Amino acid sequence: MLEFRSVRKQYENGTVAVQELSMSAETGTITVLVGPSGCGKTTLMRMVNRMIEPSSGAVLVDGTDVREFDAARLRRGIGYVIQQAGLFPHRTVLDNVATVPLLSGCRRREARTRAAELLDRVGLPADLGRRYPAQLSGGQQQRVGVARALAADPPVLLMDEPFSAVDPVVRAGLQDELLRLQEELGKTVLFVTHDIDEAIKLGEKVAVLRQGGHLAQYAEPDALLAEPADDFVTSFVGRDRGYRRLSFRDSRRLRPEATDTVHIGDTSADVPSRAGWVLVLDAHRRPRGWLPPEAAVDGQLTEDQLVAGGSLHVEGTSLRGALDSALSAPSGLGVVVDGDGGYVGVVTARQVLDLIEEHRSSVTAEGVAP
Amino acid sequence: MIEELLRFFASPGYREMTLTLLGEHVYLSLTPLVLGALLALPLGRLAQRHHRLRGPILGAASVVYTIPSLALFVLIPGVLGTPLLSPINVIIALALYTAALLMRPVLDALESVPGHVTAAATAMGYRPWRRFVAVELPLAIPVLISAVRMASVSNISLVSVGALIGIGGLGGLFTDGFERRYMVEILVGIVLTLLLALVVDLVLVGLRKLLTPWSRASKVVSEP
Ligand SMILES: Nc1ncnc2c1ncn2[C@@H]1O[C@H](COP(=O)(O)OP(=O)(O)OP(=O)(O)O)[C@@H](O)[C@H]1O
Ligand SMILES: [Mg+2]
Repeated sequence: MLEFRSVRKQYENGTVAVQELSMSAETGTITVLVGPSGCGKTTLMRMVNRMIEPSSGAVLVDGTDVREFDAARLRRGIGYVIQQAGLFPHRTVLDNVATVPLLSGCRRREARTRAAELLDRVGLPADLGRRYPAQLSGGQQQRVGVARALAADPPVLLMDEPFSAVDPVVRAGLQDELLRLQEELGKTVLFVTHDIDEAIKLGEKVAVLRQGGHLAQYAEPDALLAEPADDFVTSFVGRDRGYRRLSFRDSRRLRPEATDTVHIGDTSADVPSRAGWVLVLDAHRRPRGWLPPEAAVDGQLTEDQLVAGGSLHVEGTSLRGALDSALSAPSGLGVVVDGDGGYVGVVTARQVLDLIEEHRSSVTAEGVAP
Repeated sequence: MIEELLRFFASPGYREMTLTLLGEHVYLSLTPLVLGALLALPLGRLAQRHHRLRGPILGAASVVYTIPSLALFVLIPGVLGTPLLSPINVIIALALYTAALLMRPVLDALESVPGHVTAAATAMGYRPWRRFVAVELPLAIPVLISAVRMASVSNISLVSVGALIGIGGLGGLFTDGFERRYMVEILVGIVLTLLLALVVDLVLVGLRKLLTPWSRASKVVSEP
């Protein structure tokens, strides 16, 4: 467990970056520090590996005050990833990843073997290891940064806005990758970001910091959206929080219904006579699009006669996705698929909303706060 | 002209003298280059780490650089008690010039290392000294070597001034040629000085290429 005990940091110039802050991060979970620029996130994080010493208070790792460790040794046992990746431009990717094992006295051969394993683990091809960092894309550099931080297999990982310098698509990929890695590795991760959506996606618990290093709220993401502690948190979590909260409601109780379907390549005779939309599937029963009501089909049904479908809802995932699938489909019917992308059934927005209402009344009836 | 040059090199006396002077020139210019660089590095590091020392160090460097070289050659025996006509005076003087000339570029080179790279090195668990040697110094090399190239040219030309006190490498050809009104000797001195400067420069460029393979790595970017 990582524990901050009434830590405070005042820089030489008088700036108070962190103000009497206490909180703890559970072992094996991702804890996110989120807040506007300059609110003291980096300062707080760097107290953990002693790159910054608190003016008062203490930081404890598994119950031991970090000041009891030799700073350099402590740091070798704590992974660290920063925004610009901070890779060493003069070392190959492989040697960058091997940095900490080498510092800890590992033999070069061993360190490189370990580094190669890690490149694979973060999803980079082995031949990238021989390149220099300047020869990688921003997203690849970040992956190398993560691999380097993991090289010595540290129990604790500090990540300071690691994905904020890459474009949104790459960023989403890196976030998914981190969640996948975390599932395998179960590190104690302290993750800094100023992006509330990233915080909510990654954090098992989220600490919202306010200017001057005050802890405005420390809660699970769902609770943060449901009950922001004050106006600052409310405005920080932003609009649509009710809708975004649906991300944390699973859709297991949603009952998809059947609808008319046809297959690509069917002839007009197979197409049911109909007044409504018909869902078109391919040979593997994967949804391809919709056939509008009354649309004529001469000969075989081909892709270019279809209207593109909306987003697909994977069975059992969040209600947010279920609602979105219904709202984005031209037919108003959200298509539900199984894990392999095969058609299961359809849901309407009404069904999703009824489920939310039902949940609310059951919770209220039990006397638990909404 | 060519005839006269041939005659100059045909004379065993001149040939031997020229070679000796060339050797002396190399020794007198390159030894202080190395010593000066070795002096400038720790001073630059000091100026980088302690902002209060920056002003005094850079100030002292520019003062040293404005002292005329001949004055310095003569002053050093007075201050340090070295023999008046010893090559050591020239070496010390030029080492001081080199250090003075390199002071600013060394500081710039060390400051050119991106902050996030040094922060990452610290976070990986480098201790300050090892971080300096393993991360900051290698990254400062391109800027350092261009400064050393400048200093090497300056040294090679300044050595000749020492000829006025009898220790000046190829400068000896100028004083000797001037006394005898022998133009060819002066010409040989000039050409050899230029050639020496050129060769040393090429060696330094080669050294930079050898030490910084990463800076030539071409951009080949592809998304995973
Ligand atoms: N070395 C320092 N000396 C003086 N003030 C500092 C120093 N480092 C940070 N600060 C100030 O302390 C406050 C908190 O800085 P910090 O870097 O921790 O913020 P942050 O939340 O990480 O911001 P960002 O999102 O921009 O990275 C800021 O007002 C900053 O200007
Ligand atoms: Mg920061």
